[in-house]
Amino acid sequence: MFLTEYFRTVYKGVRSLLTGMKTTGYYFTHARKEIKTEEYPDNRATLTMFDRFKGEVVMPHDENNEHRCTGCQACEIACPNGTIKIITKQEPQPDGKKKKAIDTFVYHLELCTMCNLCVVACPSDAIKMAQTFEHSVYDKKQLKKVLNKPGSKIMEGVE
Amino acid sequence: MNILLTISFSSIASGIHHWLVSTIPNELLAKSIEMVIVGICLLLFLVPLCFILGYMERKVAGFMQMRYGPNRVGPYGSLQIVADTVKLVMKEGLTPTGSDKFLFNLAPVIMVVTCMLVLAPIAFAKDFQIWDINIGVLYVSAISSLAVIGILMAGWSSYNKYSLLGAMRSGAQIVSYELSVGLSLISIVILTGSLKMSDIVMSQETGWWIIRGHIPVIISFVIFVIASTAEINRAPFDLAEAEQELTAGFHTEYAGMKFAMFLLAEYINLFIVSAIAATLFLGGWMPFHIGHWEAFNHIMDFVPSSLWFLGKTFFIIFIIMQFRWTFPRLRVDQLLTLEWKYLLPISMVNTILVTVMAIMGWHF
Ligand code: SF4
Ligand code: SF4
Repeated sequence: MFLTEYFRTVYKGVRSLLTGMKTTGYYFTHARKEIKTEEYPDNRATLTMFDRFKGEVVMPHDENNEHRCTGCQACEIACPNGTIKIITKQEPQPDGKKKKAIDTFVYHLELCTMCNLCVVACPSDAIKMAQTFEHSVYDKKQLKKVLNKPGSKIMEGVE
Repeated sequence: MNILLTISFSSIASGIHHWLVSTIPNELLAKSIEMVIVGICLLLFLVPLCFILGYMERKVAGFMQMRYGPNRVGPYGSLQIVADTVKLVMKEGLTPTGSDKFLFNLAPVIMVVTCMLVLAPIAFAKDFQIWDINIGVLYVSAISSLAVIGILMAGWSSYNKYSLLGAMRSGAQIVSYELSVGLSLISIVILTGSLKMSDIVMSQETGWWIIRGHIPVIISFVIFVIASTAEINRAPFDLAEAEQELTAGFHTEYAGMKFAMFLLAEYINLFIVSAIAATLFLGGWMPFHIGHWEAFNHIMDFVPSSLWFLGKTFFIIFIIMQFRWTFPRLRVDQLLTLEWKYLLPISMVNTILVTVMAIMGWHF
């Protein structure tokens, strides 16, 4: 009884060790195929980031220089560390009424933790995460960005 | 071509010997000069060897972990180790206040000297051996156990709790695993009937022991490789330096060249262990021979014996490296359980098996 137990332990141990060695042996012999390293500065031209990667918040504009942001400030409230500052203005409408619209969408890249909460909070899909990551600059001021392009306005039909 | 085949290390060595003896009348002087030459040759062999092993280890580690390993300095990163050496040489060799300065500085020297001593009876090629002592195997196992003194000395004199813990661990570890190493060496000694390295290699002329001795010798080969991995403190038995727990174990306080000496000793030890395993179980420099197939054996003899030796040694080095990059480190209690409850009883029973086999002549 004791002996069978003993030899079973030995057998199981040896087998699991051999399984491990088989795995690493496979990686070693198939190194060319299996290596996952991205040699970054060398493969800069062909480098593609995976979908999950979050690099910075951007606001997409279409060809007429129109964005989808209504200025509702939901993202500003959702952001846990005050990265977003939205300055709104009152825009006159054709019917004479005034409507709230976005004047400046200030985004402090240096404060952002890429948590994605603002993108989730936005009711009109106006912002999204870009996959750029070469953000280093010499002056901190350059990290403060205005996301809506100059002269842009809200897209037709977005409320 | 004919000349190339007849020139071997042994003829060069004996040529130098005769030349020295004939030009220098004083025998003592000639012998001393010979010793100095041997020492220099050894260093010239060992330092590049450590470079190669260091590079090999990083590449093996890289490939096994789906990385490239060093690939910036030189072609395929092959000069990385030169850069590291330059770095180590430039560093300050610090001796901590409160440490026992004499022992602290002596420890790395002892480590290197002990592993250089073990190299003496190893046969590198046909008839090419520094010292063919008649108790070769005993000498090897006796001297290699001195390494623990260096480790304990380093740990004790460092005046650092991590160093001390690491040294104490390695003391327990080496003392226990020596038993298994000894028993598995004995199984070959039983089969050969000699402790002399050259006799052991010659006894494998009709086939390596691992083939001729089948199951019992394979078991003792496996035990030897496992136990000697533990004896030279390599992962998964690297409790003496266990980076995550003890920073660097017994060599925490060492920097610069003194640290480099520990590194040198580690790689020389790796080489020695593999060389001994290759000599005893895989036939040393003996080419691959099958029984009395004269033609086949003769073809195999065309490959130089030094290549056979190095090939086998590097094969075992590779396996030990694969251990390091595959297996997780054992806990102290698991380490001692493995030795006292598994390796030692198995190798004891195995020794009996080998003895019975040798008496009854059940090997090929
Ligand atoms: S990703 Fe997170 S931290 Fe960055 S702006 Fe959006 S909510 Fe703020
Ligand atoms: S980006 Fe979205 S959430 Fe933020 S102000 Fe514009 S519409 Fe509102």
